[in-house]
Amino acid sequence: MAEILIFVALLALGYGFGRHAETRHYKSIIQREAALRDIPVVTTKFPPLDHPVNAELVTGSVVISVDYFKRFLAALRNLAGGRVTSYESLLDRARREAVLRMKQQTLNLGGHIIFNVKLETASIHKGRGSIGSVEVLAYGTALIHPH
Amino acid sequence: MLITNIEIIPGKKITQHLGLVQGSSVRAKHIGRDIMASLKNIFGGELKGYTELLQESREEAMGRMVQQAEAVGANAVLNVRFSTSSVAAGAAELFAYGTAVVLE
Repeated sequence: MAEILIFVALLALGYGFGRHAETRHYKSIIQREAALRDIPVVTTKFPPLDHPVNAELVTGSVVISVDYFKRFLAALRNLAGGRVTSYESLLDRARREAVLRMKQQTLNLGGHIIFNVKLETASIHKGRGSIGSVEVLAYGTALIHPH
Repeated sequence: MLITNIEIIPGKKITQHLGLVQGSSVRAKHIGRDIMASLKNIFGGELKGYTELLQESREEAMGRMVQQAEAVGANAVLNVRFSTSSVAAGAAELFAYGTAVVLE
């Protein structure tokens, strides 16, 4: 009986806090994306060669964990198959956050564009076959006009 | 030392290629961070401790790569890439590699 109570409590905590955290995170992502919109991020490898610039490697990374409730949903989804939306939003948040941090670093360096952007995803927790938490790394080369 | 992940630098010429340079760092997370992380696994959200840990070890891997590049007499590392792999439960390897060159 106690076990069921703990399980339900964890589900409720996960649902409440997880939902709150996700809504707040999305709000902040959308806000910062709007603020950093004038730094284009492109996957082209070769920058235009018309004028000399300084180049510097910029990175942004984040480790995000999914909450208990969503992990439970994903486990249910594993039985029926299909889209696991609870993990989709986790990865979406992680990627956008990583790109935003890379952009912020570029802005701090005085850069105006990022070339050859690569995104890399690694799962951190290898416990009991679940994703749990993911790390996303975004990196690229910021071009900085010399003054 | 110039470090980028593009293959050419606008306005600069590569005078010498010096081959591949690499650096890696294997880190384990400590127990305090583990406890925080298992709490976060219930509530969801960013694991700031892990973000910092991985950031630090990636910087260390890059530092080792730069040391190697300096040892062969390069002044830039181009086409840098990162890779992450978990070698054992609780430990991750961060690996950085690139091409050491001499720019004019």
